[in-house]
Amino acid sequence: MRLKRTGAYLYLLPAILLLLVFMYYPIINNFIYSFLKWDLFKGTKTFIGFKNYLDLFHDESFFVALMNNIRYVLISLLFQVGVALIFAAVIEQFRHKCIAAFYRTVLFIPTLISLTVIGLLFSFIYKTDGLLNSFLQLIGLGHIARGWLGDAGTAIYSVIAVSQWKSIGYTMMLLCVAIQRIPNEIYEAAIIDGVTKLRRFKDVTVPLISDMIAISVVINISGGLLVFNEIYVMTNGGPYGSSEVLSTLMYKNAFVHGKVGYASAIAIVILLLSVFFFALQRLIERRGDAE
Amino acid sequence: MKKHMLKRFFSVPSDGIATLVTVTLLTIFLLAIIIPLIWMCISAFKSTNEIFTNIWGLPEKWLVSNYITAWNTGIAKYFMNSVLVTVSTVALNLIVCSLMAFTLSINKIRFKAFFTMLAVMGMMFSPIVSMFPLYQEIQTLGLYNKRLSLILVYTAYQIPMSFMVIYAFFRNIDKSYLDAARIDGARDMTILFKVFVPLSASIFMVSVVLTGFYAWNEFSFALVFVKEDALKTIPVGLLAFQGEMYSDWGVLLAGLVISALPLILLFIFAQKYFVAGLSAGGVKG
Repeated sequence: MRLKRTGAYLYLLPAILLLLVFMYYPIINNFIYSFLKWDLFKGTKTFIGFKNYLDLFHDESFFVALMNNIRYVLISLLFQVGVALIFAAVIEQFRHKCIAAFYRTVLFIPTLISLTVIGLLFSFIYKTDGLLNSFLQLIGLGHIARGWLGDAGTAIYSVIAVSQWKSIGYTMMLLCVAIQRIPNEIYEAAIIDGVTKLRRFKDVTVPLISDMIAISVVINISGGLLVFNEIYVMTNGGPYGSSEVLSTLMYKNAFVHGKVGYASAIAIVILLLSVFFFALQRLIERRGDAE
Repeated sequence: MKKHMLKRFFSVPSDGIATLVTVTLLTIFLLAIIIPLIWMCISAFKSTNEIFTNIWGLPEKWLVSNYITAWNTGIAKYFMNSVLVTVSTVALNLIVCSLMAFTLSINKIRFKAFFTMLAVMGMMFSPIVSMFPLYQEIQTLGLYNKRLSLILVYTAYQIPMSFMVIYAFFRNIDKSYLDAARIDGARDMTILFKVFVPLSASIFMVSVVLTGFYAWNEFSFALVFVKEDALKTIPVGLLAFQGEMYSDWGVLLAGLVISALPLILLFIFAQKYFVAGLSAGGVKG
């Protein structure tokens, strides 16, 4: 019996070991590094306490990056929660289920494609002689054509737009699934009572899927705070740092400039922000389960 | 789509205008999504020159050779690396998560809540945060520039999601026969394979699809753990490919199409597992 007991714990071992070695240990290291002045190229390490964190507050590029993350979050909320919610409600009302399925599937496809593929595709679309400018000329808006990613005024918004293009189908699918779970009788009762479509949306659909809406909000907030891949591929933070976000700033400090301590401090800021929103999501889910 | 056609798919005429506006917007959005994708597939058959001179039209001559060139000049090796990494990650992840979920659901484990929390809490640690410390660790462990580094790290980072999905299912499997089976001398491993695994095909598929999706598209770790071009996976390899093919857009686009296809196909065949796994939070890139 004793032997069997140990056996029961052996089953835990591989997963726990992987988690400790590759997930928890690096995070602890990250905290430690953030208190060091560590030059990767010179190989010097000194303990400097909270100085890296204090330096963040005097670093203009940190605030530029943080602002870009906030722009990312706000625009994502508008499209991937607001617009996606309306779209989901409309799609779920299609009389022909196969047409609803068609819309859902097509809008979901970009979610499946790697951000590198999409980033490279849109690098082409955004080029001076690319698809977008050609389209603008076609509809008589040729005067606003430009190299969208090379212009400091439009670079970050162009990347954010790609992100909306890619991900709107994802939250929409989540919301569609939630709407499908609403019992049909509720709608039928509302129709018999002569409630208009708009009121049905506002008073029936939205309240009944509020948990899923809340989850979508949190997903988009953490998505906007953690964005890395599309920025790296399309602008790499440029031009002139105008499209830098926290993660690319961290990456550059660590791997390009070798300022490991400073990079780790940025990483900890990202970590704290995402832990906060993760906790919020759990809280919402628990409230949902309790009801 | 024509407006009178749209109307046919709609009920309740009183809200006709609002509905028409939303459906029109929806359809515009649909076109905005579908046109770049179709454009990519079609332009991948054109010569570079034609992509710029005939940006909207069909190719004068369909150059299938673009796809062949893309495959032979780099995409094939990245593709194979991605397949190797993805398949290994999915298998390893499924094994370690099943073992853990299994023992937690049938055995009296001390500190059960602690172990569960250790796995579930992992959800909040985004990979991007640990990029540098992990890079250091991978070098210390001698895993730098090896595909194994990606397999192990991807497996670890997908444990929270996979474990949660599988554990929730295992916990609800009827345990009444367990004691009987044990009296008959059945070992845990036998119970796992004879009872749990056969029941769990569809929940395993959810985990497989989500983990496969993650491993196929993961970028940030792949960027820093693997330096040698011959070992790169698609998301990072494509950047090198772009560098080489900068003057040959047709071939580059063909490379992009080839890279995107496997997951789209997977989705078409495994859509319901994707959708079931969505709220587990695994899919957003």
